[in-house]
Amino acid sequence: MMKTWQAGKRLLPMTAALGLLLAGCGREDLSVLRPQGPVAESSYGLMKLSITIMIVVLLIVFSIAAYVWIRFRRKKDQDEIPKQVEGSFKLEVLWTVIPLILVIVLAIPTVKVVFAAGNDHSDDKDAIKVKVTGHQYWWEFEYTDYGITTAQDLIIPTGKHIAFELSTKDVLHSFWVPSLAGKMDTNPDGTVNRFSFSAPNEGVYRGKCAELCGPSHGFMEFKVKSVSGEAFDKWVASMKAPESVMPEDPVLAEKFKSQCLTCHAIGSMPASPVAPSLTGIGSRESVAGILLNDDTREDGAPVLENLKTWLHDPQSVKPGNKMPNPKDKGLSDEEIDGIAEFLAGYTLD
Amino acid sequence: MDWITTVDHKKIAILYLWAGGLFFGIGGLEAILIRIQLIKPMNTFLDAQTFNELITMHGTTMIFLGVMPVIFALMNAVIPLQIGARDVAFPFLNSLGFWTFLFGGLLLNLSWVMGGAPDAGWTAYTPLSGKGYSASHGVDFYTIGLQIAGLGTLIGGINFLATIITMRAPGMSFMRMPMFAWATFITSAIILFAFPAVTVGLVLLTFDRILDANFFNVAGGGNPVLWQHIFWIFGHPEVYILILPAFGIISEVIPTFSRKRLFGYSSMVFATILIAFLGFMVWAHHMFTTGLGPVANALFSVSTMLIAVPTGIKIFNWLFTMWGGQVRFTTPNLFAAGFIPTFTMGGVTGVMLASAPADFQFHDTYFVVAHFHYVIVGGLVLGLFAGLHYWWPKMFGRMLSESLGKWTFWTFIIGFHLTFFVQHFLGLMGMQRRVFTYLPNQQFDTLNLVSTVGAFLMGVGMIIFLVNVFLTSRRPADAPEDPWEDGRTLEWTIPSPPPEYNFKQTPLVRGLDAFWKEKMAGHKGMTPAEPVGPIHMPSATILPFLMSVGIFIAGLGFMFSRDEFSSSIMSFLFNNYIVTALGLLITFGSMLMRSLFDDHGWHIEPEELEGR
Repeated sequence: MMKTWQAGKRLLPMTAALGLLLAGCGREDLSVLRPQGPVAESSYGLMKLSITIMIVVLLIVFSIAAYVWIRFRRKKDQDEIPKQVEGSFKLEVLWTVIPLILVIVLAIPTVKVVFAAGNDHSDDKDAIKVKVTGHQYWWEFEYTDYGITTAQDLIIPTGKHIAFELSTKDVLHSFWVPSLAGKMDTNPDGTVNRFSFSAPNEGVYRGKCAELCGPSHGFMEFKVKSVSGEAFDKWVASMKAPESVMPEDPVLAEKFKSQCLTCHAIGSMPASPVAPSLTGIGSRESVAGILLNDDTREDGAPVLENLKTWLHDPQSVKPGNKMPNPKDKGLSDEEIDGIAEFLAGYTLD
Repeated sequence: MDWITTVDHKKIAILYLWAGGLFFGIGGLEAILIRIQLIKPMNTFLDAQTFNELITMHGTTMIFLGVMPVIFALMNAVIPLQIGARDVAFPFLNSLGFWTFLFGGLLLNLSWVMGGAPDAGWTAYTPLSGKGYSASHGVDFYTIGLQIAGLGTLIGGINFLATIITMRAPGMSFMRMPMFAWATFITSAIILFAFPAVTVGLVLLTFDRILDANFFNVAGGGNPVLWQHIFWIFGHPEVYILILPAFGIISEVIPTFSRKRLFGYSSMVFATILIAFLGFMVWAHHMFTTGLGPVANALFSVSTMLIAVPTGIKIFNWLFTMWGGQVRFTTPNLFAAGFIPTFTMGGVTGVMLASAPADFQFHDTYFVVAHFHYVIVGGLVLGLFAGLHYWWPKMFGRMLSESLGKWTFWTFIIGFHLTFFVQHFLGLMGMQRRVFTYLPNQQFDTLNLVSTVGAFLMGVGMIIFLVNVFLTSRRPADAPEDPWEDGRTLEWTIPSPPPEYNFKQTPLVRGLDAFWKEKMAGHKGMTPAEPVGPIHMPSATILPFLMSVGIFIAGLGFMFSRDEFSSSIMSFLFNNYIVTALGLLITFGSMLMRSLFDDHGWHIEPEELEGR
């Protein structure tokens, strides 16, 4: 949309060069500079335009500065008094008007995009509606049209608008998927925010909390998994009709029920307001948002190992989180490992 | 004792400088610890809670207790001299302002040893700063410490307004006032309007925390976003409270070392006023992601971008002041020269941030961290260094070493760019701010390492400056009246350091750059505007110190009024508000003393003046 616009056109060659340069920065699934969807793309367009204008300004200032420092350096025998210039009306008007023009050049597309970004698709019948709730330090995703709730992994179909409704259960958080869209704060009920984005390509994108929310603020991450329409429908179906799974060992099953399910929900249980749903946890991208379930990468580990790390000492993984240590709940090391194995095997197809 | 009771603006300036330097050092150490923690991914040097306390205290300390007092030090040292006055309008209040600032700052920093520093970020967003999520006394220290310190700032601001309005030397019209005096005047006006806002916010938060009020508590019908509005209605003007004095300093230093008058003086004055005015119109650009809606976002976007216009005027006027001049790169001018490109870089990223949809990406990332450090460190701190090196001989009668000064400049500015330039990219690559650590393999590692190395280099620059100050203090005080030889304004017409009455005879001002004008007319000094006569001086007094001690005690008493102590005597004293009452008694008692006992001050007689 910016290309159609005149002044932007003249800056286009530089914008393009800059775009290439900046595109080298960061991971595709994380970097603002490598946008993977239209919303992030429109922010990126404004960023390229503004960076171009600003680099031009900087070059002008730097070159005048360098020139005066070299040209008007005081020489050794220089004693005459330089002419005391009062100012120059013409010059001063010039450098009032030029910045004003540059500001207008940037302001017009900014206002356009501001209003475009205000379009939240909440009454779009075709959009997927997701209620995002921030908790210290995990994310809850409720698909209101489907009646399903999950946590930490936001599964979306490619190409569809996702209409978000953001709020928080405790302190302020900020919902941010850099490569898909800018961030939006989650405020408490009463000041609920709405916005929307879409992801044209399949992939897993890293999401983060961007508002200081306590000790583990830096660890409040999540993943957005963009999948094909069929895969999404299949996922919804398996979420809607979950098998009522329980650990096979009856003692362990009893422990799981009495100790874990008091806070967590599983399968067809109604979603819990205090802890993440465990439905299909074995097929998620990560445990606790930060332990990556990918043993092909050096910073990842198998899901079972991650679950064990988490369950044996949740506080050391995410300081300040609300999960009690299973040991304090009377679970032995073997029982914890047993539950980890059960959860690792609890996948959705 | 002399230092506790003094009401002399020059001594109070030195007190502000030492106290500000102390807190600046604490804030700097906090910064170094933060950077050590972030040197590599998943570092365990600090734990998450300590890290959050450090970032909160680093921001709060630097803004309120580090740079503001140094600004006040320079204002106190220079303003009466520049406008040809013998002191500020209210010397007693000047002293009171310093002591409330100091005791507020001490109270805030006591939190480190009294059970946990504030941990909700320097912006203290609710509900994280509420009692439910920040249970230690940390945030109480923040709210009460800043209320007491803010009192000092407000008193100082009002004092400078009154001084500049009423005490200019004969002939010094507003449009003949040096730019630093203009900057001080406008800054004080911003303080007058902005500080009450934050004080109100802090009082409301104190009520929420200590008296269980519900201003920001959602369950009780409060609204946490309200806090953000109140905070930024103060917080954005605060940015200009910080940067305008730096603009003023640069506008003094560059003409002196270019031997030219300031280019476009009247447009500089106009730009300063415009910046102050716009500064109050743009607070919501800190809140684009709060969900204000497109109309508010668009309006605040455009109004924020407009600030680039007066700022641009200033930058080009400085450049053209040097054009055609004879530029000498003394240490002060080196800092001023470093200021121009560095501050411009901070300014342009500010315009980028103003574009709301782009800000959805920039906000709360390291891009923002880079931006405001370019403005506050690259702008204000470089400006303060320029001002300190420039006025040091006037304040202390000793020239700082030029070669050490140049070492300070180069290590500091190289370290600065190393630290903060790469942070722009960290932010764009997806690193949020205020994270105590980060996962590996996000391509954050190298840039964070570079940033930490830069921070150490800045630390080295600071140490060289301290060495310079120390070595200089051991040399004899032999600086001439006009040590830079091209002084343009009134402070360079009197001895260094000035006598306690500043001007034996109030000078007659005949134009802008009064001293330069006389020099060009072939005169050695100023023409006096009055005959030599007895000079009326205010008496020294300990009352401001006592009043501040009283407020300090009352603050502590109030903060702990609901705590249970292990000793029953302590519980009795605090829970019954006895400590609070005692503190207030000291303060109000001192006020009563001040009202009841008339103090006419004293005179320096003409014979004594001639005897010197």
